[in-house]
Amino acid sequence: MSTVLLESLRVVNVGLEGFAQDLQEAGVPVLHVDWRPLDPKIATLLARLEGGTKIGGDQPK
Amino acid sequence: MLRAILRASYYRDSVALMRVAQAVRAQPGVSEAAALMGTPANHEILAGAGLADPSLATAGPADLMLAVEADSAAAADAALAHAACLLDERDRQRDSDGAGRVAPRTLDAALREMPDANLAAISVPGAHAKLEAMRALRHGLHVFLFSDNVPIADELDLKTYAAARGLLCMGPDCGTAYLGGVGLGFANVVPRGRVGCIAASGTGLQAVASHLAAAGEGISHGIGVGGRDLSAEVGGAMTLAALGALTADPRTEAIVLISKPPARQTLRALESAIRGTKKPVVLCCLGARPQADAPGIWVETLEDAALAVLGALRGGAWSPRAFADASATRARLAQVRAQPGKRGAGLLALYSGGTLAYETKLLLEALLGKVRSNLGGEAPGSPHEILDLGDDEFTVGRPHPMLDPEARAERVRAAGAKADVGVLLIDLVLGRGAHSDPAGPLARAIEQARVAARDAGRTLTVVASVVGTERDPQGLTRQVGALEAAGAIVLPANAQAARCAALVLRPDLEAKVLAVA
Repeated sequence: MSTVLLESLRVVNVGLEGFAQDLQEAGVPVLHVDWRPLDPKIATLLARLEGGTKIGGDQPK
Repeated sequence: MLRAILRASYYRDSVALMRVAQAVRAQPGVSEAAALMGTPANHEILAGAGLADPSLATAGPADLMLAVEADSAAAADAALAHAACLLDERDRQRDSDGAGRVAPRTLDAALREMPDANLAAISVPGAHAKLEAMRALRHGLHVFLFSDNVPIADELDLKTYAAARGLLCMGPDCGTAYLGGVGLGFANVVPRGRVGCIAASGTGLQAVASHLAAAGEGISHGIGVGGRDLSAEVGGAMTLAALGALTADPRTEAIVLISKPPARQTLRALESAIRGTKKPVVLCCLGARPQADAPGIWVETLEDAALAVLGALRGGAWSPRAFADASATRARLAQVRAQPGKRGAGLLALYSGGTLAYETKLLLEALLGKVRSNLGGEAPGSPHEILDLGDDEFTVGRPHPMLDPEARAERVRAAGAKADVGVLLIDLVLGRGAHSDPAGPLARAIEQARVAARDAGRTLTVVASVVGTERDPQGLTRQVGALEAAGAIVLPANAQAARCAALVLRPDLEAKVLAVA
């Protein structure tokens, strides 16, 4: 399926808060999520429930 | 005196925590400080820094560890209290957006508040990135995925899912993108224009976009794809989707691709796609050797990518050039060589941008032979060294040099005491997300290094280039001016700076290199 590029952004920001602040300053509608890590066991279960996704990697950015 | 506090079930992102640690380090009597989530990797960092306190031993990934080493118990306690104060203050700001609303805790909750959102910017730790990115894609959102340490199999899953639904999954490990004129991640403030970019490298995209801005041209969209997209495993899933989208995009009149050399089978698919577009396509695949019949316009440097696409758009002739102003460079080199004092035979390059460092390595090795570097390749005994200070080995538990110039400034200062270093080469990357005044601490360090060398009867030349625009928060002219005032030679492109630095040491190559100008 071909991709149509966005001309007007409305952003949900999950992670580094600074990115939401930069977008806000640039006049882009943005909603920042107060994200917290899930317990790894719950995250693995959720990933399975949500369609067989597997979680990997163990280092924070 | 070591003091520590564990805050259970308390999360802050890594950049926010680095800022807290920095502020605590600046408190009176404090020699070291850390603010880290209790992941296994962070426990190791804490132990490595001598800050592992028994009270933190039980901290898990959802718990915050604060630790301070100070010259007295009172100083350590005061510093910890300061850290707690900074965190609490931010909590008060975060828990309310001013209208009494509490920030959503999940992507799903956020989408109930903003049901017409069309893009998710995701920068959570790599272990959690796929879950969040897949959720966003399932909701029909495009994804800008800054997170790194995402397994390549997960990347392939995400990109395959996205491509089948006409969505972009930009990343993982995507530092920069532009959509609809808006910069995402580390982005320079550039005008909207006719050039569509596809980039496997954030700083590569920043450099090309900034060169275009300097020439009065802008970009239509800049699609980041992450550093592994053109690997055999991922097969160019997003590069091909982006090429299709830019080909169909009415604003885009020419396309630039920035990457390392694609895997053989991926290159075949890419070439076939390029043959299918009528728009000019410039390929800057650093280090690639294209076949004679390869489609597209192949260039060797980021600056040439911008010049080539400008040539294609404006119908003018284009050919690679070594320097924008050859006679000025020749005069500056003569001036530098006339300086009194003995010069070390080595070149030391200290970089913050990984792709800029890689471009420099390719150019320097063509002129000076093998160079020691953390970018790979064996060159024992070479007097020259290139360090990508943004690499994991320098940034675990420490801020990236684009966020905080202090650690690099310290290395610049130290270079002044090294008798074998005759030339120091640095990059500077401006834009949103980057430090507010990276040239400030570096300029002071350059001055000190040059004075230290001079006092020891030596001469040290500093060569630099700056990726940025006048509209960036830091201001290009202001940053260049600060470096020049400290005695650095500032060239308008990284490739030019690398060539100039090599010519300081090798006058015998000057005629050959300048012949390309």
